[in-house]
Amino acid sequence: MIEFRSVTKTYPDGTDAVADFSLVVPAHTTTVLVGSSGSGKTTLLRMINRMVEPTSGTIEIDGESIADRDPVRLRRSIGYVLQNGGLLPHHRVVDNVATVLRLEGTPKNEARQQALEVLDVVGLDRRLADRYPSQLSGGQQQRVGVARALAADPNILLMDEPFGAVDPIVRSELQTETLRLQQQLHKTIVFVTHDIDEAFLLGDQVVILSTGAQVAQIGSPSEIIENPADDFVASFIGAERGARALHTKETGHGTVLVDGTGRTQGRLVEGGQGAA
Amino acid sequence: MELFAEALAWIFSSDAQSGSLPLSEAIATHLAFTFVSVLIAAAIAVPAGWVVGHTGRGREAAVALSGAARAVPSFGLVLLLVLVFGVTHKVGASTTAFVLLAIPPILAGAYSGVEAVDRRVVDGARAVGMTPRQVLGRVEIPLGLPLLIGGLRSATLQVVATVTLAGYVGSWGLGFYIVQGIQIRDFAQILGAALVIVVLAVLLDLLFALLERAVVPRGVRARHETSS
Ligand SMILES: Nc1ncnc2c1ncn2[C@@H]1O[C@H](COP(=O)(O)OP(=O)(O)OP(=O)(O)O)[C@@H](O)[C@H]1O
Ligand SMILES: [Mg+2]
Repeated sequence: MIEFRSVTKTYPDGTDAVADFSLVVPAHTTTVLVGSSGSGKTTLLRMINRMVEPTSGTIEIDGESIADRDPVRLRRSIGYVLQNGGLLPHHRVVDNVATVLRLEGTPKNEARQQALEVLDVVGLDRRLADRYPSQLSGGQQQRVGVARALAADPNILLMDEPFGAVDPIVRSELQTETLRLQQQLHKTIVFVTHDIDEAFLLGDQVVILSTGAQVAQIGSPSEIIENPADDFVASFIGAERGARALHTKETGHGTVLVDGTGRTQGRLVEGGQGAA
Repeated sequence: MELFAEALAWIFSSDAQSGSLPLSEAIATHLAFTFVSVLIAAAIAVPAGWVVGHTGRGREAAVALSGAARAVPSFGLVLLLVLVFGVTHKVGASTTAFVLLAIPPILAGAYSGVEAVDRRVVDGARAVGMTPRQVLGRVEIPLGLPLLIGGLRSATLQVVATVTLAGYVGSWGLGFYIVQGIQIRDFAQILGAALVIVVLAVLLDLLFALLERAVVPRGVRARHETSS
């Protein structure tokens, strides 16, 4: 469990990126921070591994304040997928993935073996192991980023718009893969995105943020869609338009659901299962 | 053209090979001065430049130093130091002058190499838990190496040229033939020695050019090639 208590971050130039932010991130679930550009998502994420120090307030992991932990050790214990990859261009894929293991003193061969196994886990062909990051596609690089974050088997995984820079098809592939991974691994994931659809797809808990990391609403995707807290949330999740503004239409073969653009999206069936 | 031929003839003459100062010895001294000075300068400027590049501290001073040093007349510096050190310490004085001349380009190469590393890569390295020392040693230094070699290259070329001037203060190096040639009005000898210096400089430059390419990390070079 990760807990933010009244956390504030003012950058040296006076930007109030985060103002009095509190949140509980339950263990073994995915919490998605979603908000428009500049709302403070990256800042929040980087405070968890002390890449950014809060101006005030505390952050606890399993009840222990991280301010007392050594930043280097803390970072090695937390997986982090950076917004832009951040892979080492002069290291081969397998060595990038093995970075934390090597830093922690795992012998070279063993680290390599483990790294290769993690490549399997994230769905990367082992034949790519000896390439350099620049020889991979954007989607493959992102998978390497995820593999690197997972390699040392951390309990916590921070993901900062990991699929922001890839095309929609690869993106949806990576999202599906992430869901599959999480079913298998049960990490405590904090995932940042500005894509509300991605947030609803991946999040057990979704936190909608406005400027200054003000919490507009926290809840499960269903709770938020069913009951937007205010107009800001309603417009952010597109409740009044497009794919989420569905209405029913009677046809000769039963009731169907039609979205805001007039496209039929599905059929209304009785006794459908799924979370309420 | 005739002088050119005479100059070439001088280079291979028995006079140049085994006179009061054999050519091979002059070349050896010339190179020794160059390498020793560049090595000493590197021992000082490389670590300093890396620290400046890594921490960003002292950057202003480093930039100012590299800029100002370009304006210092090298011959003036050599003469000044000989006067300061005293004529009995010509070797020390000249070497010190060469070291001082070599420091700025090496310093600039070292810190700009580290600075030029993509900040996102450095950020990634810190984020996965590298200590500042590991970031410097495993990321910033290897990725900044090409620019550092570039700095060593300009320092070496500058020193090779300047060591010639040392012929005025001591009777060593290839400069000796030029100074002596002027005195005895032997233009073939002057041009011959000048040619040897040019060849030396070109060879050194070539060597560093190759080295500069060789130290580009493979993954970085691969970016410009089609992947297999
Ligand atoms: N190092 C910094 N120095 C000063 N201001 C910063 C710094 N980093 C971020 N900011 C500012 O803090 C605010 C929040 O930035 P942050 O990067 O956390 O936003 P974000 O929600 O991640 O945005 P994006 O979706 O574009 O990545 C912005 O106004 C940004 O300009
Ligand atoms: Mg961000």
